[in-house]
Amino acid sequence: MGIFLPLVWFRHDDLKEMLDSNKDSLKLEAMKRIVAMIARGKNASDLFPAVVKNVACKNIEVKKLVYVYLVRYAEEQQDLALLSISTFQRGLKDPNQLIRASALRVLSSIRVPIIVPIMMLAIKEAASDMSPYVRKTAAHAIPKLYSLDSDQKDQLIEVIEKLLADKTTLVAGSVVMAFEEVCPERIDLIHKNYRKLCNLLIDVEEWGQVVIINMLTRYARTQFLSPNQNESLLEENTEKAFYGSEEEDAKDAKAEAAVLAKCKPYVMDPDHRLLLRNTKPLLQSRNAAVVMAVAQLYFHLAPKAEVGVIAKALVRLLRSHSEVQYVVLQNVATMSIKRRGMFEPYLKSFYIRSTDPTQIKILKLEVLTNLANETNISTILREFQTYIRSMDKDFVAATIQAIGRCATNIGKVRDTCLNGLVQLLSNRDELVVAESVVVIKKLLQMQPAQHSEIIKHMAKLTDNIQVPMARASILWLIGEYCEHVPKIAPDVLRKMAKSFTNEEDIVKLQVINLAAKLYLTNSKQSKLLTQYVLNLAKYDQNYDIRDRARFIRQLIVPTEKSGALNKYAKKLFLAQKPAPILESSFKDRDHFQLGSLSHLLNAKAVGYQELPDWPDEAPDPSVRNVEVPEWTKCTSREKRKEKVEKPFYSDSEGESGPTESADSEPESGSEENGSSSSSGSSSSGTEEEEEEEEEDSGEQSEDKEEEEEVEKRPKRKDKEGSHKAVLGSAGSPSEEEEEEERAKKAKKKAPQGRKGRVETSSEASTSESSSSGSDSGSEAEAKQRKPPSSKASPKEISLLDLDDFTPSPVQPIPSSSIISTSLVTDLEGLTLTDSSLTPTLLSPAFSAVKTYELLHRMAGEGLAVEYCFSRRPFPGDPHMVAVQIQISNNTDTEVKNLRVNEPKPLSGMRIQEFPEIEHLAPGDTATVVMGIDFCDSTQAANFQLCTHTRQFYVSIQPPVGELMAPVFMSENEFKKEQGKLMGMSEITEKLTLPEKCQSDHTIVQQLTSAANVGRVPCGASNEYRFAAKTVTSGSLVLITLERREGSTAQLTINSEKMVIGTMLVKDIIQALAQ
Amino acid sequence: MIHSLFLINAAGDIFLEKHWKSVVSRSVCDYFFEAQERASEAENVPPVIPTPHHYLLSVYRHKIFFVAVIQSEVPPLFVIEFLHRVVDTFQDYFGVCSEVIIKDNVVVVYEVLEEMLDNGFPLATESNILKELIKPPTILRTVVNTITGSTNVGDQLPTGQLSVVPWRRTGVKYTNNEAYFDVIEEIDAIIDKSGSTITAEIQGVIDACVKLTGMPDLTLSFMNPRLLDDVSFHPCVRFKRWESERILSFIPPDGNFRLLSYHVSAQNLVAIPVYVKHNISFRDSSSLGRFEITVGPKQTMGKTIEGVMVTSQMPKSVLNMTLTPSQGTHVFDPVTKLLSWDVGKINPQKLPSLKGSVSLQAGTSKPDENPTINLQFKIQQLAISGLKVNRLDMYGEKYKPFKGIKYMTKAGKFQVRT
Repeated sequence: MGIFLPLVWFRHDDLKEMLDSNKDSLKLEAMKRIVAMIARGKNASDLFPAVVKNVACKNIEVKKLVYVYLVRYAEEQQDLALLSISTFQRGLKDPNQLIRASALRVLSSIRVPIIVPIMMLAIKEAASDMSPYVRKTAAHAIPKLYSLDSDQKDQLIEVIEKLLADKTTLVAGSVVMAFEEVCPERIDLIHKNYRKLCNLLIDVEEWGQVVIINMLTRYARTQFLSPNQNESLLEENTEKAFYGSEEEDAKDAKAEAAVLAKCKPYVMDPDHRLLLRNTKPLLQSRNAAVVMAVAQLYFHLAPKAEVGVIAKALVRLLRSHSEVQYVVLQNVATMSIKRRGMFEPYLKSFYIRSTDPTQIKILKLEVLTNLANETNISTILREFQTYIRSMDKDFVAATIQAIGRCATNIGKVRDTCLNGLVQLLSNRDELVVAESVVVIKKLLQMQPAQHSEIIKHMAKLTDNIQVPMARASILWLIGEYCEHVPKIAPDVLRKMAKSFTNEEDIVKLQVINLAAKLYLTNSKQSKLLTQYVLNLAKYDQNYDIRDRARFIRQLIVPTEKSGALNKYAKKLFLAQKPAPILESSFKDRDHFQLGSLSHLLNAKAVGYQELPDWPDEAPDPSVRNVEVPEWTKCTSREKRKEKVEKPFYSDSEGESGPTESADSEPESGSEENGSSSSSGSSSSGTEEEEEEEEEDSGEQSEDKEEEEEVEKRPKRKDKEGSHKAVLGSAGSPSEEEEEEERAKKAKKKAPQGRKGRVETSSEASTSESSSSGSDSGSEAEAKQRKPPSSKASPKEISLLDLDDFTPSPVQPIPSSSIISTSLVTDLEGLTLTDSSLTPTLLSPAFSAVKTYELLHRMAGEGLAVEYCFSRRPFPGDPHMVAVQIQISNNTDTEVKNLRVNEPKPLSGMRIQEFPEIEHLAPGDTATVVMGIDFCDSTQAANFQLCTHTRQFYVSIQPPVGELMAPVFMSENEFKKEQGKLMGMSEITEKLTLPEKCQSDHTIVQQLTSAANVGRVPCGASNEYRFAAKTVTSGSLVLITLERREGSTAQLTINSEKMVIGTMLVKDIIQALAQ
Repeated sequence: MIHSLFLINAAGDIFLEKHWKSVVSRSVCDYFFEAQERASEAENVPPVIPTPHHYLLSVYRHKIFFVAVIQSEVPPLFVIEFLHRVVDTFQDYFGVCSEVIIKDNVVVVYEVLEEMLDNGFPLATESNILKELIKPPTILRTVVNTITGSTNVGDQLPTGQLSVVPWRRTGVKYTNNEAYFDVIEEIDAIIDKSGSTITAEIQGVIDACVKLTGMPDLTLSFMNPRLLDDVSFHPCVRFKRWESERILSFIPPDGNFRLLSYHVSAQNLVAIPVYVKHNISFRDSSSLGRFEITVGPKQTMGKTIEGVMVTSQMPKSVLNMTLTPSQGTHVFDPVTKLLSWDVGKINPQKLPSLKGSVSLQAGTSKPDENPTINLQFKIQQLAISGLKVNRLDMYGEKYKPFKGIKYMTKAGKFQVRT
């Protein structure tokens, strides 16, 4: 190609001819030449008419090259460019998505204002195209149109809004890019798409990831609270919040609640957590820009404790190209000032190699200096010593500066450094000496008295050293500390006076300075010299120097005219000057978003979006709620749990109805919000009603029962006078209880396994006097109904999530009080199946309890495993939590030898494996129970689930409420124990009960669903008490819920396990808020 | 995003320009030339140069500056990473990336650049997709094209962009199905004067050459995956599987690609396979200095060290060196003061050495710095960290592929301070 290039540029006629010919090969040849001209920056615009004719050429390469030409020159030849438009418009209608996309791409790249309406239309159409690729192209076209005509902004924002809702990864990156270019301030458009973007992120192409992560960083800064706000800050905020809310609304209760809510320890918004969690894997990306984007996200958003993870990845980038190193080191330098600890383990990665480019060396030096502390300073200084001998003098100078900084920052090594630097004064390289002088000057200012020797030594250097900055520094030093070197100072001035005219400006200024200071301290010797210097300076070329001379003369030489200042001259000149603080140039750079161009330049670049400060109060998190696809369900649920303070200071409406229904709804595509949510709630509503009817019928009788029990129980308990009657924690299959027939039976038999359970639960049904013998028809009905309902609304789950498995039905625990007929049937069904191991019977019961997924069908290659906490004591080991595991084989082959393998419990944790399942036929389901001693922590238990062919890593994480077993005690006992657990062990929280949760039984039911606790009778009608013991250590957990007027309530938890207490509070509040 | 791209050669000529938005005058490069002049060496040109209206971001590779012009805030690494990707693509297309090659293939280059960015935002950067769009030139194809007048531009449409595995071409067919993996480890080390290790770490990569028909799904497992401390993956690797099982599971791109790069955890002591004995001294009185280097094997696990190359930057005051190597060849460039000694294989029985004298500029005092010695070497069939691939399995396709794994250890940035 290069051969004929020189021929081309002066004659284009031959090209025109070739373009006009019929042969594609000639056209192609011509186009190639033309493109080569464009590439070399030669003007080929006069060929426009000839080229544009070929826009409809059949040859695909000719066509492409014509596009290249067109995009390049259309702007200059707008009228002619219009000729090509119709071709593209035709292309927009092509059945092939790729042709549609390419037509849109070229059309939008032609920067001709006349076609703006056409482009707008094309973009709008393409935005709703079937093909995600075309939609992506539409997203790309948006900023093009915007740059051509910014008046279209409003319309474009509409398109962006539409595309943001797109669920494909292909579009996500491009549309966020468009968002950033067109309307970065419209953060409200992101709310609804936030979770989706977080979840899609990992699958988006790498460039899109960068853009999305940067945008989400900004978003998170506006929507979440700072994870690092400390106590003191919090208190301040509390004040503010208090007054703020009082002004608005004088209700004391509310304000109080607001304060209380504010006082709560910081709880991270689950959406905030979602972002952090979903970006973390991207630290492993091969793309440096992605890694950097995640790093800055963590730096700006993560709690201090978690930021550390990014260090490793950033250090990895240091292996990359030097340009990448340059940018990464800049950012590391900024980070290392704020979070030094983060990079300390990687100190050695910043050691400098002689082959590094100078700019990299200097940045590494910066980082090393930032990382220096008392412990590692000796290693670092040893490194620095080798650097000083480098051939690269700029680098040596920087090293000396760095030593100076280390010396000022770390007092311990100041003298060592100073000595080292003084030695450098005899270095042969003048630059080194000069730099040392400058640094020594700064160091000496800190403790001048002890170092007159050094000052003398430096005074001698004035003879040799020529670097102006160094000379000026020496002169300043001598002037400043002339009292320490009274003999030398006048002599230096004498020498300098001699050479004054030949000095650089900064040196001259310092000579004047020195003269003035000497005049003030030692006028006898230096009066004449000073006069002489000032006279010289008076006629200097530089006006600064002339000014200075004039000013100083007036100030120091007493004349009749001189004013009051004269007296203070000495004070003015020889005032104690604070030692300079040697600071990193990277300090405070972090107000720019890390990884941005602005941060790199330390100046605001065009189009830079400020990183906003954290808000004092989190904006309403419910704005991010969307009609929920499966995967967000849990997060939104969590969110409510953790964000319970919300209703207190925003009004509770925001949190109630709509959110609820939106959350609980199954995926409903692009359906409109309102209609879909109403349909969702109505469907779940009917179910609820049914449920309630049934319950109501059973309830009345049960309530009575309960009351009786309540009265009976405590008496017996009192007799025993101990809280050994721990039910469920078979830890005390105790002796005293032998007289308690029913309780005893339940307790003893439950641990014995399935048979026992049958008995207990059949007992349960009889004792409850509810229809244990309800017909199988209703049972089947229940089965059919339950699974969808549990899916449809999490609330339903908890509704059903009674203590179905509570082994002692006689106990006045709430579960029995509200158990419904249908539930009893379920219960029975379960127990039956449990003994007979008929999996089909099992399923309804299981879906009624909160089941958790252990292994998804997809991940398990057809093997699906779910688990639930059966709330039964685990036979054999009272310290273990029984976990019921349901394994279904969805493959078409038999699964053999299913077993737990290699449990890798954390320290102290123990796992009792379930007996190996020899074989599981296709389509079959098996249920087994395994025991896990979680050591009273919510840490997940990890183990392998093995089949004869595969093994899966799985983990079980218990909700805190499952780590305990109910205890039954009297009111008095309760109060006594509560008295022992005051102070630190007590956690109190205020909450508002939602309307649905006003009745006694719902409260009790919600609470017992959240935690495996037993109810303690209580005299007061507005109080509810519950007690439990943690399974492993047997620590008491006492729960009191006191209802206040209105819908407020106070929840108190007493437990010596404070962590469990805090977590339990959260869980309960969440359960009650539902 | 990226407005324009200028390619500038070492002589300071702009030999290619490409604009993705409106045209930016090439005079903007004057700012770049200024910065280039200020920096003594090419690699010291700052990668980011602000100008009154634009920002210039550049990378320097293969003696070419790739200068991107941007107009507004964009993460600098975004641009830099992209420019490197451009260079990689050129290399992938033409084998080498040099001024001559780019000039010769200017049309292909232009077409590729056109596809890589749309309005300055990266569009298709996967080499597999690009090759589907624009076929890389081969000698055969060039000949055929000139005779038949057919083109380099693929007449298929870039379906790869639509696929869920955008990195893999569709409809791949091979008669010999093979998958090769090279485990290459590099030792980065700084050894101090006395021979003790200041810092040493192992960085490794697994480069793959996969030529398999259809849509194979591969899993690669290691005997000792715990060795890997920090990893970064090709986008094809399923991160979840790695997290949970420490298995690399992926649908590979077609052809050559880097599957994984890793860092071996710092707790493991790094075996340093070579040692360097050196005696370099300059005397103050005479203008002569002594120079002696011996290279020997240390912990090589019984493997031979090959491709040994010693380079050292001598101080400026060194005029010339008179050296005799016991093996290999040496060159001293009196202009750049760079000494390089191509040693070759190390024979443990007869250690290679380089001895002789250094003549210094008369009248100058002895240089106070000692040159650092940079070392390069290769050890075949050894991954110095001990990493071992356990097995490679293929799912999704019926045929039996031919599999191969090669290990190699190399010196990365291996420096000996003297």
